[in-house]
Amino acid sequence: MSGGGAGTDWQRLHPLSPVVRSGRAALPLLALAVASAPRGGSPTATFFFEVGLAVLALVLGLVHWLVTRWVFDGATLRIETGLVRRDSQQLPVARIQAVDIVEPFLARIFGLAELRIRVAGAKAASRLAYLSEPVATDLRARLLATHHGLDQSVPEPDERPVAVIPTGRLVGSVVLSGPTLGVVLFVGALIALPSVSTRAAAGVAGSLVVYLLTIGTAIWRRFNEQYGFTVAVAPDGIRIRRGLLGKVAETIPIRRVQAVRQIEPLLWRLFGWCRLEVDLAGVPGHDRSGGAGRVTKALLPVGPLDMAAYLRQIVLGPIEPRRRPPPRRARAKAPLSYHFLSAGHDETMAVAVTGRVQKVTCWVPLEKVQSVRRVQGPVQRALRLATVHVDVAGKHVGAALRDRDVDDADRLVSELAALSRGARRRVSVGAGAEPRPTPVAAGWFADPAARHQARYWDGGRWTEHVADDGVTAIDHM
Amino acid sequence: MTGAPSTPWIPLSPTLLRMRLTEIGVVTAILGVLGAVAAWSAGGVAAAGITVGVIVACGAAAWWFVRNRFRAWGYLEREEDLEVRRGVMVQRLSVVPYGRMQFVEITAGPVERLFGLSTVKLHTAAAASDARIPGLDPDEAARLRDRLAALGEAKAAGL
Repeated sequence: MSGGGAGTDWQRLHPLSPVVRSGRAALPLLALAVASAPRGGSPTATFFFEVGLAVLALVLGLVHWLVTRWVFDGATLRIETGLVRRDSQQLPVARIQAVDIVEPFLARIFGLAELRIRVAGAKAASRLAYLSEPVATDLRARLLATHHGLDQSVPEPDERPVAVIPTGRLVGSVVLSGPTLGVVLFVGALIALPSVSTRAAAGVAGSLVVYLLTIGTAIWRRFNEQYGFTVAVAPDGIRIRRGLLGKVAETIPIRRVQAVRQIEPLLWRLFGWCRLEVDLAGVPGHDRSGGAGRVTKALLPVGPLDMAAYLRQIVLGPIEPRRRPPPRRARAKAPLSYHFLSAGHDETMAVAVTGRVQKVTCWVPLEKVQSVRRVQGPVQRALRLATVHVDVAGKHVGAALRDRDVDDADRLVSELAALSRGARRRVSVGAGAEPRPTPVAAGWFADPAARHQARYWDGGRWTEHVADDGVTAIDHM
Repeated sequence: MTGAPSTPWIPLSPTLLRMRLTEIGVVTAILGVLGAVAAWSAGGVAAAGITVGVIVACGAAAWWFVRNRFRAWGYLEREEDLEVRRGVMVQRLSVVPYGRMQFVEITAGPVERLFGLSTVKLHTAAAASDARIPGLDPDEAARLRDRLAALGEAKAAGL
């Protein structure tokens, strides 16, 4: 394994990869075999069957390792794999959208990491599983450096950490979510019931066990995936690191963000917490099949509102259109959600708030809009109301400007259609029709004037927006 | 529809209405005969009469509904986008910019083919876009497809 050299020799994955690849399948089988092995007596057929399967998994992993090789020649990363059906992938550096490092638990034990490379127009991410951790980091840095037109030896650009989620808050957010409240209800019933009827209490205890088993895994997975969640700003997008047993480092390319959503569940509002999600464009041509057209990623699994606002500004720029509530008569149509409903837009963005128990705010940059729709049901017609939908790429992703006045809605439809046309044109003229990566994507970076911690770069020039410790301000350069 | 558009909406082909009405007529007739025979063998002439009456009433309601639905449907080719409106109870209006089209699809089911009609559907990257124009003459469908494809190419934009 050569370190940082620009070698053009074919390289193999790490020799331990078959162990890790097959480990997931083989370990439970081996455990099963050992558990079911008869004490003292001769091994049974099941024992041989289970051991055989485990060995088969290992052999398949070994074959995969033997036939897989990769090389990076400074312009293209080539991966060849497959024994029967040879599969050769050419990944041109210029088309790379993101390079993520994923370390599952088993791989981490051996100091291995998986490299996932997403290329524009490809069906799925290409994977190199597994490389030793330093090789993976080094290859990632080389790919990114050449992608930005720099020499391979240029180290990975600095990333600026902007948010860390303390474990305490993660635990709090899990405790304050729906499933855990179900447990509280169950336990309450268990305490109250024995005085009334022992039979009923036994029944409740039984269902509690089943309930705990079902939600336990879900809660554990959430905790495991979101543990140590760190958000950082890097020139190629927003970098997220997370994970307890297995670690994931992923990059969200800002240009591909279609919509940003902020969700405030009922109980979290007591603490002023929210969740921030982004919808990324799906793979072109795959939008018709199931949910493949939509990729939703948490930008902030749980955090205070001002931190969410700060992160949102990094993604969408410092824009906040004024929102207005729908006319008062909309209360008759939407009595449970009227208190949240509001919507607004400016030249570059539409924003809408909806929700009954949890408050959902959705921002859509107008240059991403795919279509504008106006929908009016019978009740809405009677009340002279209409809903305007702004659709972006994906399966039912977008903002719904609910229950606006009819005349307002008609004006909104034509206005939003015209504005999104203008926004789209500005973007395609600015960056060339082909979505080629700009040298440095828009985002917050160290202030070149050195007066503040960060200054907003809009992709073409420095703006007057600055930030210190997450607080934004205006300061002309 | 308020905010009267300056350009008139293009209605769907009258053949589509004829096709829908034929469908309703055939289904009503078959159900009526089957229902009448079943009710007559079970409860006599009076039951058969009531059954036929109910089925015919349902057919008439469907007739009325389909006619209104047909009248509500229309499309408008504007300079920058295609507008499609539809719906009686829930009225929908979709505005799809030509530049956002990913592909145009023409389909024709067996009954549609019998009447020489086809359906044009516009696909964007958003699954919710909902721009479908049924009941077009094949010539009009082909013209619309070519025009949309040409416009889409001219005004194409990345995601």
